Amino acid sequence: MTCRLISYCRGKACYALTCSLSMVLFGTGLILPLLFIANTTVALSATEVKVGSKAFTESVILGEIITQLAQSEGAKVKYLRQLGGTRVLWDALLTGEVDIYPEYTGTITQEIFAVKNIRDEETLKKILAEKNILMSRPLGFNNTYAIGMKEDVAEGLGITKISDLRKYPKLKFGFTNEFMNRGDGWPSLRRAYNLPQKNVRGLDHDLAYRGLESRSIDVIDLYSTDAEIRYYKLRVLDDDLHHFPEYNAVLLYRSYLRERAPDALKTILKLEGRIPEKTMIDMNAEVKLGGVPESVVASEFLKKNLSITTEPKEETFLTRLVHNTLQHLFLVAISLAAAILISIPLGILSHRKEKIGHGILGIVGIIQTIPSLALLVFMIPLLGIGSAPAIVALFLYSLLPIVRNTYSGLQDIPVGIRESAEALGLPPGARMRLVELPMASRSILAGIKTSAVINVGTATLGALIGAGGYGQPILTGIRLDNIPLILEGAIPAAVLALLVQGLFDLLEHVVVAKGLRLKGD
Amino acid sequence: MIKLENISKTYGSTRALDSINLTILPHKTTVLIGPSGCGKSTIMRLIVGLIKPDLGNVYVKDEMLTPINFFTIRRRMGYVIQDGGLFPHLTARENVFLIAKYLGWNNDRIRMRIAELCELTKFPIEALDRYPVQISGGQRQRVSLMRALMLDPDIILLDEPLGALDPLIRFELQNDLKGIFHTLSKTVVMVTHDIGEAGFFGDSIVLIRDGHIIQRGTLVDFVRTPTDPFVTSFINAQRSPLESIGE
Ligand SMILES: Nc1ncnc2c1ncn2[C@@H]1O[C@H](COP(=O)(O)OP(=O)(O)OP(=O)(O)O)[C@@H](O)[C@H]1O
Ligand SMILES: [Mg+2]
Repeated sequence: MTCRLISYCRGKACYALTCSLSMVLFGTGLILPLLFIANTTVALSATEVKVGSKAFTESVILGEIITQLAQSEGAKVKYLRQLGGTRVLWDALLTGEVDIYPEYTGTITQEIFAVKNIRDEETLKKILAEKNILMSRPLGFNNTYAIGMKEDVAEGLGITKISDLRKYPKLKFGFTNEFMNRGDGWPSLRRAYNLPQKNVRGLDHDLAYRGLESRSIDVIDLYSTDAEIRYYKLRVLDDDLHHFPEYNAVLLYRSYLRERAPDALKTILKLEGRIPEKTMIDMNAEVKLGGVPESVVASEFLKKNLSITTEPKEETFLTRLVHNTLQHLFLVAISLAAAILISIPLGILSHRKEKIGHGILGIVGIIQTIPSLALLVFMIPLLGIGSAPAIVALFLYSLLPIVRNTYSGLQDIPVGIRESAEALGLPPGARMRLVELPMASRSILAGIKTSAVINVGTATLGALIGAGGYGQPILTGIRLDNIPLILEGAIPAAVLALLVQGLFDLLEHVVVAKGLRLKGD
Repeated sequence: MIKLENISKTYGSTRALDSINLTILPHKTTVLIGPSGCGKSTIMRLIVGLIKPDLGNVYVKDEMLTPINFFTIRRRMGYVIQDGGLFPHLTARENVFLIAKYLGWNNDRIRMRIAELCELTKFPIEALDRYPVQISGGQRQRVSLMRALMLDPDIILLDEPLGALDPLIRFELQNDLKGIFHTLSKTVVMVTHDIGEAGFFGDSIVLIRDGHIIQRGTLVDFVRTPTDPFVTSFINAQRSPLESIGE
């Protein structure tokens, strides 16, 4: 986008834009070496297998099973749990930041390679192999989209298959937003079965279940291994026209695992064909409805089905808190420090050179309008997953308040003061250091404070791309509908924001000269 | 000492100065006077080099003012702006020694110079460590003056130094200022609105209107041999009500 901006502009404005853009890029460049150090410290510990999973329970359980299997062979494993969605995992697999993760055949053909229109498994394997990626045989269950109703309602109306729905045009449908929009979702389902229903709403999956309970909707979409099928006593309607593609669970992994961790891989692949639908529904139910940790469920599965004994490692509340706090502080501290280092000079430049200033303020303003989630996802192709993209995104987000406040703080200095400093014979650098920056200090500090508070909040999103922090328990809590877990992330994040604010209030007494704080009494 | 040669300056469509020629004599006090907006401050800013003329040149001690010699020349001039222009984040003392400190003076030399200046300007030493908001308007002007005098410049520029003061303090400061100018025998350029003040200070008075010099001379010249009806009306407009009672 920024590239296009540049090619559109002409002459001086163009110069200004290029100038400020290169400053921002320079700033990004400044953080990268730091991140490099952060990353290499991880690399030094010689991780052999990097396991990933998506941000829903089934994927997290499977990831946990893979992790424990690899560990049982003595491999060093790094488990990046509940990273965002397909895009994040797939990109991470391509760049080798994740070596293996559970995926579904339908997702691969319909989503990842949607444009290629793959018909058979052979073609799929060939395409994957070109990217040095291998696919396991199916694990045993098919977690496809399905259409479900309350058992008693379906019984009363005599509905057993999807084509039966045609006879009841008054039924209310509530589908997940994803299902409303997907290529194989509601639009094509309606066409395939010629369904007449008009009352169709898009809503959140969890709300859909509650809607069924309260009878405000009659029909929902679900995954065929959802834990709730049993809990809410649902009837899964037969897909009699075979509309939904198969979503067989498989493992996608980098081919180099065969050389790098052959034993671990061999053990992991023992999962092929070993997880039938019923077992998966049970495991999902244990975690989501029974509140058992994924690692424990995984360990029990391994003992029962593969006779492999593993030790489920669950962090205690305190170690989890410390761990999350450190990760969160790491994200905030580095991104904010870099933002301060870059933004203040950018603010000064904007104040000194009006034309460049417009460019700079425009660009950092535009960056601020990119939704934070989108900005995080933009970063993945460039920087992969983990703390690096999160820090760069947070850095970019922190620019505007500091640049703008530096600029306006300098701009607001009365002409008389400015001229007096000049008339004394102080050169520009000394004027900036001795007079202008001290006079603008309060405004600059306020900008930094705003950035810091926003930064602490936004950093919780970092968990979506594997950066950890307080977002981790929040994500898990949302996934498991577990309020205490959400609070475990939300409360420390709020406390940290307050602490940061307090810290800056104290700092004001140190940084802002007394003469500026006096109210003329 | 200071020479403005054929100076013109416009701000957008406002013609602030139009072909001004003006020579400021050394060791004398020259007063610029004229109605609001006539271009007095603009002349001061040109002399200090805060703005550039559109046409013409400014010479200070026979040196033409250029961006290269700005900083050295400015240090030979002391400039006091209308409201004092003190830096609010620094104490009175810090305001005064800022430039000396920047130039690397040692503390003893600074202390001695400040003591001298306090005596000269009658500023109470114990108020030196207060911030500008904590001292009176008259004291602020004295601090401004000390700051301008710190490097002992040959030239002092004062833009309405007594503008916002009450009559008693104004009277006191007028006398003090005159004493200081007399003692130091500096080249002084001063801006004022007030014809009485102009007569009190000025060895030479320059009356300006709409960016033109109307007349230059002493107050007596202005009364006896006005070159333009505007000179007389300007003087009459400022006659004190007390005078008319006396008549
Ligand atoms: N920065 C500026 N931009 C635009 N116009 C300006 C600027 N500074 C001064 N002027 C205009 O130039 C003219 C001369 O201004 P100047 O400040 O020299 O007047 P002055 O004689 O000092 O007036 P006063 O006695 O009110 O201080 C005025 O018409 C003023 O509006
Ligand atoms: Mg003026």
